[in-house]
This record gives sequence, C-alpha cells and structure tokens, in this order.
Amino acid sequence: MNGANVLLHALERQGVEIVFGHPGGAIMPVYDALYDANIRHVLVRHEQAGAHAADAFYRASGRPGVVFATSGPGATNLVTGLATAMMDSSAVVAITGNVPTALIGTDAFQEADVYGITGPITKHNYLVKDLNDLPRVVAEAFHIASTGRPGPVLIDIPKDVQTATFEGSERDFDVTIDLPGYRPTVVGHAGQIRKAAQAIRAAERPILMVGGGGQVASEQVMAFAERTNLPVITTLMGIGAYPAGAPQALGMPGMHGTVTANRAITHCDLIVGAGLRFDDRVTGKISRFAPNATVVHIDIDPAEISKLVKAHVPVVGDLRDVLPRLGDQLERLELDDWWGTLSEWKGRYPERYATEKPLVSQEVIELLREATGGDCVVTTEVGQHQMFAARLFPTSKPRTWISSGGLGTMGFGLPAAIGASFARPGETVVCVAGDGSIQMNIQELATIAKNRLPIIIAIANNGVLGMVRQWQELFHAQRYSEIFLADSNPDFAKLAEAYGIEGHNVFDRETARRLVPEVLARGGPALLNFVVYEAEKVYPMVPSGAGVDEMLIGDQEPDEQPEPAGAKA
Amino acid sequence: MSVRKHVVSVTVRDQPGVLVRIAGLFARRGYNIESLSVARSETPGLSRTTFVVAGDTATIEQVQKQLQKLIDVIKVVDHTETKFVDRELMLVKVAVRQPEDRVEIRQIAQDFRARIVDVDRRALTFEVTGDEGKMSAFLEQMRDFGIIETIRTGRVALPRSADAVPSPAVRANVA
Repeated sequence: MNGANVLLHALERQGVEIVFGHPGGAIMPVYDALYDANIRHVLVRHEQAGAHAADAFYRASGRPGVVFATSGPGATNLVTGLATAMMDSSAVVAITGNVPTALIGTDAFQEADVYGITGPITKHNYLVKDLNDLPRVVAEAFHIASTGRPGPVLIDIPKDVQTATFEGSERDFDVTIDLPGYRPTVVGHAGQIRKAAQAIRAAERPILMVGGGGQVASEQVMAFAERTNLPVITTLMGIGAYPAGAPQALGMPGMHGTVTANRAITHCDLIVGAGLRFDDRVTGKISRFAPNATVVHIDIDPAEISKLVKAHVPVVGDLRDVLPRLGDQLERLELDDWWGTLSEWKGRYPERYATEKPLVSQEVIELLREATGGDCVVTTEVGQHQMFAARLFPTSKPRTWISSGGLGTMGFGLPAAIGASFARPGETVVCVAGDGSIQMNIQELATIAKNRLPIIIAIANNGVLGMVRQWQELFHAQRYSEIFLADSNPDFAKLAEAYGIEGHNVFDRETARRLVPEVLARGGPALLNFVVYEAEKVYPMVPSGAGVDEMLIGDQEPDEQPEPAGAKA
Repeated sequence: MSVRKHVVSVTVRDQPGVLVRIAGLFARRGYNIESLSVARSETPGLSRTTFVVAGDTATIEQVQKQLQKLIDVIKVVDHTETKFVDRELMLVKVAVRQPEDRVEIRQIAQDFRARIVDVDRRALTFEVTGDEGKMSAFLEQMRDFGIIETIRTGRVALPRSADAVPSPAVRANVA
C-alpha cells in the first residue's frame, strides 16, 4: 500500500463514493490508485469547476464534496471555489498534490505555496509530510469540514508522500478525533433559551429570519414557525429551508428583497435570527437596520454573534437543538394586528413586471417555475438573473436552492448544477444563468454532455453584464463602461450542439411558452438561450449604503412610507 | 466605546504555520497588534503567544472569537479584565560619549535594576525587564546620553491567581 492507496482507502472509510477533479503531474500517483478504486471520479474541465461541483454536492446532499487537483496551477485554480465554499459554509474536502518534499520551497516546476495561499479561505488546511499522519488527517478533515459551521478543508500531499510505502495497518484508520481546539457548541444554553422565549413572548411585531443554517434544520424551522405564528423571512442562503409559498413566508430581505420583508425588518420589535450572519447585502446600512428590534441571534458560530448586528439575546448552538427547545417554551403568539399590516403590504406589492416589452428575464424564470412546479433543484450564476430567480423561482425544499451568496461567484452555477445532479440522481436540475456568468465556466458543458446529466441550462441573455449595467444606469449617470457582450457572444444554441447538447435560441414569448415545458418534459441536458430585454432592472433595490427601508421600487407606485413606531434615538 | 490596550494570551498547538494563521487573521481583519511574542509552554506540544492589541470591547471580543475559530488554537484569555503580571525584556545600547558619562549611566541603570550585558569603550548595553512604564522611563533617562539601538521582546503575561491559569495540559492530550 502506498500513500495514494492510503488516501483512497481513508476516503472510502469516510463513505466517499464520488470525487470531482482533474489530474496533473504532482497528483499522478493518486490517479493511478484511482484506476483500481471503488470511487467514481468525475473529470471536470477546469479545477475551479471541480471545487464548485464538490461544494454543490454538499449543499444538495449534506455529504461532504471532494475535489482533486494537482500542484501549482491546479491548486490555485481551486482558490475561487474554496473561497466560495468558505463564505457559504459548505463542507468541501480538497486534495491537492504537491511537488516532492525535497523540492518544496525551491520554486520547482508547478510549485505554489498552496498551504499558505489557502489558509485564509479554508476552515482548516494540512500539508502532510509524513505518510503516517495521512489516515488521521483525512479523518480530521472530514470531521472539521462537516461539523459545527461547515467549511472547506484542504489537504496538500507532496508526491513522495503519495508514493511512499505505508508501514501501518488497518487499525491506523480507526482514528479517534482529538482536537482540543475544536469543540463546536451544539446544545444551546438553557438560560439563554429561556431569555429568548421571554423576549419573544413580550414582542408585538416579531419576525423570524432564517439563513443558510436553516438548510440543515428545515423541519425544525417549519415546526417553530407553525407553533409560534411568526412571519418568516428567508435570506438568499435560506431559500428552501422554509417553503417560499407558505402563508407565513414574507420572502427575501435585503438589497433585492421584497418590500414586505424589508419593511417588516424596519418595523418589527423583535428579530429571531436563525442560522444567519447578517451580511451587508441583508442589512443595508446597519444603523437603519431594525432600529426598534430586540435581536435574538441563534447560530452555531459564536463569532457571528454581535459581529455586525448586536444580539440582545445570543444563543450559540445548532438550530436542530435550539429551535425545538425554544418552541417548547412558547405558545402561539397573538399577532393579528402585525399580520394585518404585513398582509396589506404583501397585497400592495406583489411581484410584477411589464410584459408589453420584449421578452424579459422574469417571465422566462416564471415559465421555468411553472413547468417544474418548483419541484427541482435550482442553481444560479451571479447577477440579475440570480435575484430574479431568488424572487420568482425559490424552491420549497431544503438543499434544493444552490447559489453563491457570500462570495457572489460568477461561474458557479453551471458546475454547481453538475455537483447537484450527482448528489440527487434522477432529479431535474435547472441552472439559471446570464450570458456573462455562463461563459466563466462554459467548458463544463463537456462534463455535462459526457455524463448525460439531466440539467436544463436557462440563459437569460440580455447581451450585457446586467447587474453592472443596472448600477451604471442608476448610479453612474448611464456611463455604460465595459458591459456589452451581445456583439461578441457566441451562438449559444450552436455552442451547446457543438458539445453534443440540445440547444435552442429563443427570441419571442410564444416560442418560450411552447419550448420550456417541452424541453423540461423531455429532460436534460439542454440549453435554452433566451434573448431578453437589455434594460430590465431588478426592483426593489436598496442602493448600496442605504437602509433597507429606503428601497427604489422602479415603476411601481410608491405609497406613504410609514415611519417606524417608537424609533430609538 | 473606548479604545484601550488588551493583553491576550493564546495557547496553540505546535504546528507548522500556526503563527502564520494568527498573523494572517490579524492582518486580514485589520486588528491593530502592538506586539506579539511566541514561545513553548510548560506542556510539550503547546506554545503560548502573548499579544497586545488595541481596540474597543466589541473589537477585542471579535479578535478572541476569531482566534478561537482556528483549529490549532486551544485557549484564548484576555488578561485585561483579571489580575495578571506582565513583563517585557528590552536590550538597550547606550552611547558613552565621554568617560564621566559612564558612571552616571551605570548609576541610573542600577536604579532601574538593569543589567549590563555588554561593555564597549563607546557604549554600554543593558538588559531591562519590567512593565511598559519602566521601559519608557528607562529610555527617557538614557535619551540624553544617546540611545544607539534597542530591541524589545513584546509583552508576555500570566494571570495572577493560581486557579485562573489556563491549564492546557488538562485540556489537551498531545503525544
């Protein structure tokens, strides 16, 4: 048994059945061992895509995603993927080859300080210099990646360690995790939970805000909401943790949130924040965020508590533990007045957009929702289409909405669809993309074609970098700097066909209405390129630096902005 | 909120790169570190670092929480809220420009309990140990003679009461 066999055996013992990756010089012993192993390898066409696929594999399944890459450029290509996984708390285990130990530090061919480079963008990382450490390191990596607040872990293995002969035995793979510096608090403090219950009982206008942490605790979130009668806001990362169509759902908060959600935040007197980190895209200007609210913040990461929004009642723990115990101490809250106000806002500000113009992104996305009934996995790229999808195509089950929230990584959606598809075999995966983002990892059409994955790629193609264009129109005096793509975009349908994937260019409403259900019924892989109106904007929008109550609502009729009652000075 | 200096001790596992992780964390999150010192602790496999950081209460709380998130960090203690002893060691090379200065310099050094560690015709090098006040006072006294160069270790600290000592030996099981 050599080091490469040890690695694969350790991965098998972690239950790994599939890895994403790309071979190269410094990881060749691992690929040689893979030839005989019981682990399926998905060959991606760029390491970044491998990292995104592994990330999405975790998000869609709850099992850590694994990616292999070689040293130097292979490993540096993982960087964006690892940073994406770190920001969105996704359990990825990345394995990189490195130059032989004796060459480390000599600027050898394809050498990079991967351990140093990935330190700040991983939950933890390892450079394994002694083969005897490898079984323990792999076990620790999976433990760290998947417990507490999940995150990526990288293991860098020099080539000579991969080829060294293992002198140990099977017993060495029975690792007892001993990490004195890593003991996540799972069980919430009883006294804090009692205080939280008291605060919630005293509230007249409370809301529940659910973030990415809710993806593992969807059942508990739903039970808690039902028991307490709390209005529920789900952040971009929380979509699916609570059904978007449920009567208590107010939609998404923040920069492109719903009017109702943002107003509810401004006017509420209590927020129960569950598994979220109050990101700036959610809060807007912090001093205007929920000025009257007592904040109950439940999160497994103590460092998120009072980092940005001061928590009056912090509860450190796993939502699966805390929410049921908190719910047990609460009865159904009497919130008729508050619900009356919220319903009025909801009624006054439904999702709407003009359809007398040429085809617009929103109706394309709504067609997809109608054709799937929302019963599918949605991955997105980053930009206007992402926000439209979050609002018009939110899924209703946990682990089915997969989008780069924290890092906002263009190029995420297409490889994410691959990872999600392997995580949930047989399920339809819809990748909602823009014509800018899709080109950042377009080479993955090859991976999709090769594996005949049931992925429907829907490009809302407005011929520009739409979100940048929107900002330039609104805040940069219509100085459209470097956003035009239309004159040099490829023929996306032909491009798909060149890869052996069904492709359609769609220019009008009628064809769109006919094709979407047809293609979805047939199943993927397929690429639908919808040419849509260039100047469409995402509204509402909270301008950068403004409070969430200071929304631009486009051509919708403004109404009297109610002043928050009893605002604190 | 008022900005003040905090003396924080961090017990870490002796792993390659652990200092880089800590230093990188400070740099990335923009914490204002005044000094940082690292050395082996009484437990094999564990080191103790002491650093001085300036910030308001919320910043210091974040510093501690972010440090605690590092897997190799075992314990973080902010000494500022408890009784602690802290010391710093400084080496100071003072110019001896005229022979009569020598006597005066040595007299002052004696008052500070500074030890002479090197003697030269034109300079005397002292080792001074103490808290920050003593360091500054010593330098102030020597300034007129001419300070050629100084080097300082940065502060190290331990809590005063025996039971408040973070005992990594109990928590960690390091081979």
